[in-house]
Amino acid sequence: MGTDRHFRVWRGNEAGGELKDYQVEVNEGEVALDVLHRIQATEEPDLAVRWNCKAGKCGSCSCEINGKPRLACMTRMSTFEETETVTVTPIRTFPIVRDLVTDVSFNYAKALAMPAFKPPGELAPGEYRMQQVDIERSQEFRKCIECFLCQTICHVIRDHEENKEAFSGPRLFIRAAELDMHPLDARSDREEFAQAAQGLGLCNITKCCTEVCPEHIKITDNAIIAMKERVVDERFDPLVRLGRKIFRRDRRQPASTK
Amino acid sequence: MTNIERHTYDVVVIGAGGAGLRAAIEARLAGKKTAIISKSLFGKAHTVMAEGGAAAAMGNVNSKDNANVHFCDTMRGGKFLNNFRMAELHAQESPARIWELETYGALFDRTKDGKISQRNFGGHEYPRLAHVGDRTGLELIRTLQQKIVSLQQEDNEEFGDYEARLRVFDECTITEVFLDGGKVSGCFGYIRESGEFVVFEAPAIVLATGGVGKSYKVTSNSWEYTGDGHALALRAGATLINMEFLQFHPTGMVWPPSVKGILVTESVRGDGGVLRNSEDKRFMFDYVPDVFRQQYAETEEEADRWYDDQENNRRPPELLPRDEVARAINAEIKAGRGTASGGVYLDVSTRMPAEVIKRKLPSMYHQFKELADVDITKQPMEVGPTCHYIMGGVEVDPDTTAACVPGLFAAGEVSGGMHGSNRLGGNSLSDLLVFGKRAGEYASAHASATKRVTVADSAVAAAAETALAPLERGESCENPYRLQQELQQVMGDLVGLIRTRTELEGSLTRLAGLKERIAKVGVTGGRRYNPGWHLALDLRNMLVVSEATARAALEREESRGGHTRDDFPAMRPEWRCINLVCTLADQSIGLTRKPVPAMRPELLRLFKRAELTKYLTEEELAEFDAIAGQGSEN
Repeated sequence: MGTDRHFRVWRGNEAGGELKDYQVEVNEGEVALDVLHRIQATEEPDLAVRWNCKAGKCGSCSCEINGKPRLACMTRMSTFEETETVTVTPIRTFPIVRDLVTDVSFNYAKALAMPAFKPPGELAPGEYRMQQVDIERSQEFRKCIECFLCQTICHVIRDHEENKEAFSGPRLFIRAAELDMHPLDARSDREEFAQAAQGLGLCNITKCCTEVCPEHIKITDNAIIAMKERVVDERFDPLVRLGRKIFRRDRRQPASTK
Repeated sequence: MTNIERHTYDVVVIGAGGAGLRAAIEARLAGKKTAIISKSLFGKAHTVMAEGGAAAAMGNVNSKDNANVHFCDTMRGGKFLNNFRMAELHAQESPARIWELETYGALFDRTKDGKISQRNFGGHEYPRLAHVGDRTGLELIRTLQQKIVSLQQEDNEEFGDYEARLRVFDECTITEVFLDGGKVSGCFGYIRESGEFVVFEAPAIVLATGGVGKSYKVTSNSWEYTGDGHALALRAGATLINMEFLQFHPTGMVWPPSVKGILVTESVRGDGGVLRNSEDKRFMFDYVPDVFRQQYAETEEEADRWYDDQENNRRPPELLPRDEVARAINAEIKAGRGTASGGVYLDVSTRMPAEVIKRKLPSMYHQFKELADVDITKQPMEVGPTCHYIMGGVEVDPDTTAACVPGLFAAGEVSGGMHGSNRLGGNSLSDLLVFGKRAGEYASAHASATKRVTVADSAVAAAAETALAPLERGESCENPYRLQQELQQVMGDLVGLIRTRTELEGSLTRLAGLKERIAKVGVTGGRRYNPGWHLALDLRNMLVVSEATARAALEREESRGGHTRDDFPAMRPEWRCINLVCTLADQSIGLTRKPVPAMRPELLRLFKRAELTKYLTEEELAEFDAIAGQGSEN
């Protein structure tokens, strides 16, 4: 049967706002998004909350619940005590639009600046051959649902607006790593780009991004540290530098690219 | 009026799921200035929910597969009501559309020799679905999204502007399509974030808005699925076909209540999962209809052998087309052999090692673990039917995707005909690629051949007035959330999986009542990001589309695919020749009957006569015999 719970939800816009109190019925198996929808349907029809799939697949309903960045659709009410107040606020790193909705265009702008996959020129569609084992690292990063929770928790930009220009954030680091590890991507400057244009060096591997990732992508270990190591190799290893000059990585046959 | 944003484009694509993005890519590649309208954020569209895969007869896993086999499977799945030409184009072109995605950066799972791996699915004779674990839709949407970014980067290099030829308007909803002299001239909508209005002048519009599932309470569909494109097409004077055919996916979650309806992928069965009732009986063997008898195993032993040896064994009945499995589950529950939560068991835990389950079905593993506290490597899942997909949609020309209104095109779920009375799993992702591309191509050609169009100020003013009406009526009027709940109740209870005349008639009475109340819907708050207002505007679309479904369902006195009449339980060959065409006049749905296009002889000959006797009328069979005779003489 349902229980009566205390909710506090941030309401307002870019000019300011406040936490508003709600006593809401909560039923068995419900998630925080169900409760927000109940508030909409019964008390506040204009409560702004972004959502789509309600199954943890689209990454739309990102917010902060009791201060922790979460997907509202995957936050089960049974994880809170019945007497516990549940506080829902918008994700902090991005500008407020209204209530729980924020302007996440930063992430799209950074994606636009990120060089796209470059197909291998000599292969026609249908001729791509890759081994499963060779694509699994990139596939892990392609699980990303773009909820931007990693972006919002990242302390480099969370309270440092001034870093946003130079820093693309964990979401884009895994995109860089994904392309770098793609067996057939024809570009060979992914590490340099990550270092020079995405601000990879600003990350000091506190792993907060990995902790909040609802897809359990090992962002720090498998993408960021891997990319940092590759940057070091490329920059400082004389053999690698010589090898690049002789073999011209970008002209090599795709099967042996990586 | 003066503060309404105006844009001019060659092609406007309404919808940013797979079909819309593929159409936009094609239009941009044709050099057209293209706008993509996304109801949600870019990359969040419902396509991400597709799990199993995209069907394409590449023959990577079984070299016997080819376009003809895929075509036949699609026609069988749709119970021969499909527009044959669409099914033909789809089967022929889907491999190229999948391979093309690899050049955009997609990473499908691989076979041992490095090709794209393909998995089994209901109704497909051979392993045919290109996939990425159980998150294929996400891979598709992300790949197309990233291709669009790459095209914008090219434009930036050429013109110094990322949006020079391709721009995404995200969180934007279109509420009207404008005509000028009977031809498309543009459309009108609002930006969610600001609440401001926006007008697009364009000679070609591609509808790619997806489906209608939000009119049902138990559904796998998201809030966006309110039949917008279907309704825009009707209001613009276009026609809808096959609206009585809704696919209830056999396996949605049933517990806990708040997640009821969320999809459990068919891959669970494709990879070896079995359905059992509360008596632990694997019941699907009792539900193999005559038309499929020859292709499906009769014993558990044979069914289990099939996973390893498909040459010498027949398929497990869990892999029947979705309509058959959904009805079977429904019948088991009705007969009192369901679970306490009103479902049946779907089990992989006794069929595969835990590691294999986690690798092949990672999303399902997490979904059940996190939403239901169920470990699917140790326990069975509980599942039941959920509203998933509408086969019906805008009546289009099969080659060009053009609707009957010049300048209007439709692709993906919003179009009708391709899937007949029931869609096979995996045919949706391939459909949206094949016909998304075609829509972009032909919309571009239409734009090239059309002189500049204009939208009259009076039309814009009228659209703005309609959009603002709920805000002006205010709170004292009907509450949009309550109206939506009531509409969902009517459709779920009276126009659901199993239908009867009295219930359908009752639904029309209830819908008429709702129509009057929806005309009086009122909301509080302002124009900025106001979900109550947005829902109020979506309601009229949901209502008109629901009425189309209910009217067509009442008219069609037979059971076929995604339309089951308790009072007419058999499939009737005379109805196979008939499409019910919906039009809108005086805010009411009208129905006319139109013949289903007849298959070309060489395509008809791909089927055995014994199979055709189950579908065709006597006259059609006589024609077939005449053709077959000619065929053998040649």
